[in-house]
Amino acid sequence: MSGVPLTHILYLSTALFFIGMYGLFTRRNMITMLMSIELMLNSVNINFVAFNKYLYPEKLDGIFFTLFIITIAAAEAAVAIAIIINLYRSHNSIDVEDAAEMKF
Amino acid sequence: MSNYSYIVWIPLLPLITFLVLGIFGRKHFKTVAGFIGTASLLASTILSFIAAKQYFFVDGKVNGIFQKIIAFKYTWLQFSPNVSIDMGIIVDPISVMMLVVVTFVSLMVHVFSLGYMKGEERFATYYAFLSLFTFSMLGLVLSSNLFQVYMFWELVGVSSFLLIGYYFDKPSAVAASKKAFIVTRFADLGFLIGILILAFYSGTLDIGTLIERLTSAQSTQFTGIATASFLGASMLTWGLTLVFIGGAGKSAMFPLHIWLPDAMEGPTPVSALIHAATMVVAGVYLVARLFPVFSMDVTALQIVTYVGAFSALLAAVIACTQTDIKRVLAYSTMSQIGYMMFALGVSKQTGEEGLGYMASMFHLFTHAFFKSLLFLGAGAVIHMVHSNEMKDMGGLRKLMPITHIAFLIACLAIAGIPPFAGFFSKEEILLAAFHSNKLIYGVALFTAALTAFYMFRLYFSIFWSKEATHHHDSHGEGTLSMKLPLIILAICAVGVGFVPFSNFITADGAALETHTDLLFSAAPVGLTIIAILIAMSFYKTENEKPAKFAAAMGGLYKAASRKFYMDELYLFITKKIIFPLIGQPIAWIDKNIVDGLMNGLASVTAKISSLIKGLQSGKVQNYALFFFGGVAALAVLFIYLWK
Repeated sequence: MSGVPLTHILYLSTALFFIGMYGLFTRRNMITMLMSIELMLNSVNINFVAFNKYLYPEKLDGIFFTLFIITIAAAEAAVAIAIIINLYRSHNSIDVEDAAEMKF
Repeated sequence: MSNYSYIVWIPLLPLITFLVLGIFGRKHFKTVAGFIGTASLLASTILSFIAAKQYFFVDGKVNGIFQKIIAFKYTWLQFSPNVSIDMGIIVDPISVMMLVVVTFVSLMVHVFSLGYMKGEERFATYYAFLSLFTFSMLGLVLSSNLFQVYMFWELVGVSSFLLIGYYFDKPSAVAASKKAFIVTRFADLGFLIGILILAFYSGTLDIGTLIERLTSAQSTQFTGIATASFLGASMLTWGLTLVFIGGAGKSAMFPLHIWLPDAMEGPTPVSALIHAATMVVAGVYLVARLFPVFSMDVTALQIVTYVGAFSALLAAVIACTQTDIKRVLAYSTMSQIGYMMFALGVSKQTGEEGLGYMASMFHLFTHAFFKSLLFLGAGAVIHMVHSNEMKDMGGLRKLMPITHIAFLIACLAIAGIPPFAGFFSKEEILLAAFHSNKLIYGVALFTAALTAFYMFRLYFSIFWSKEATHHHDSHGEGTLSMKLPLIILAICAVGVGFVPFSNFITADGAALETHTDLLFSAAPVGLTIIAILIAMSFYKTENEKPAKFAAAMGGLYKAASRKFYMDELYLFITKKIIFPLIGQPIAWIDKNIVDGLMNGLASVTAKISSLIKGLQSGKVQNYALFFFGGVAALAVLFIYLWK
């Protein structure tokens, strides 16, 4: 385990974050966008755990934050899916491009 | 010194009536509004008489001089420890006299209106306005502070405006009310500036203190105001002249008289109250109130004198040619007020020389009675004939005997035939004028003769002339409520001349010895009788003489019947000079520069917003892109560029 340096883990989390961001920008399907956001949140979780492990092994703050973010993410998914369902009911579609009425 | 604080109820009762009738009148008191108004005013009148009795006969006099008593005082606006505006009630001979006159005439008008205005749609509103007017006028005469005077002054103007425009569905009434309001408002501007000048130099708005400071020649305030000069006249002259302009506006003095004849569009009892007996004498009252200060400045007094005398003459000449009976009375009012003004102008502050002041107040007092009687009589006639024009009348003496007698008494009173009221007061005025200025005396004498002529022209045209041929309604002279005020006022028009006025009201508060000089009285009374005889031969029966005489007078008659083209002159000045040369450039600046600035700001904002509104695309992913772009930019900024 000690053979893996911190930077490698940061590469992973950065890659994961930008993959999530790319998905968020390019996908029109809201479920996929929600999944992309989850990816981004998880990349942050990885960062927290990694920094905690490598920089302050004697503390647990990073781990706590991670647990906290997982909880929030669950709640966020529930809210997001509720929004998606409502959007589907009103627009008969979950494509974000179809829900663009809120403009000037 | 005893307690006068109950005087505060005299103006407050009409105010309460106004509020009650104004708010609830149309719904709840539609039929009884008149009785409510009359009852509350009756209470005010009784209180006024009590106050007058207490002041004049019990405790107003100290060492033979009537005192100024502040019955009530309340600091209203405190600006700094030294400067404040107070609300107060002043009790002195002229305010008590005005209390009696205003409440009494107002009461008569209230009673008369019960019959005259019966069945009007806005009956309660009418009484509410009458109460408002009575309140304002009483407040005005009782004011102990110049600022308070100004407030009530404006209130009086507003209630006059409301009452002239009472028949608001008549375009001429609306125009008349606007004209009255604008002309008097214009004059009030002068009044306000005058007040500010006097207050600035004397350092106070309280009338008593102001008079005290500005009348002793040694005081610093007096030397300050008398030595400061502007455009060749001292500030004292300017201040007093401007105050007089305000008074001239309300009192319809030349050249601000043009609103008064038109004001006759209001209901006739209103004309009797406001435009004959009370409001129009406010200007005279104001000059009298500040008379000690006026007497310090010869120029201002001369302006008062000549404006008054000229107005008296001009109005009398115009009155001879008018055919609308109310307009004749309006011009005669203006003429009589001119008398009061120049009587003040020729007066001095103390002793025998103060005869003019006393005569002016005396004339104000008697005039209120006979002029309101004339108007109420005219109201009764108009009520019967349904016309204001003389040609629709004639021969009414048999149909309306009480009105006929009352009107005759009032005509004799205003003409100055002894022993009717007008004789005594006019006599004093002529005497005062004779002693100080022969030119004014001549004008006054001629005007007195003219007055007799036009009043009897009116009298004979209404009650004699041709036989009553026109169709009348069957209601005859009107109800008892219309006859009673005529009878009471007729008794007053005979009786009030015998009031020993000079014992009570003089410039310096001490009693003044007056004497009627038979030789002196011979000239005015003789001229008056001749004038009456001429009027009789012209108008008692229909004949050709008036037309022949008018033709002989040629241009003068025509000019007088057109009121010397004053209205046309005003229209010319406003429409041809003020509107295009001042009004239009200002309107242009307003439209293009002031509005343009605002419109420019708004259109720039609108353009910018339409340029950037594309950002608000409604596409969630765009927003996310901006968000992340912003975060990235901030990151670059804070990590690499922020040193």
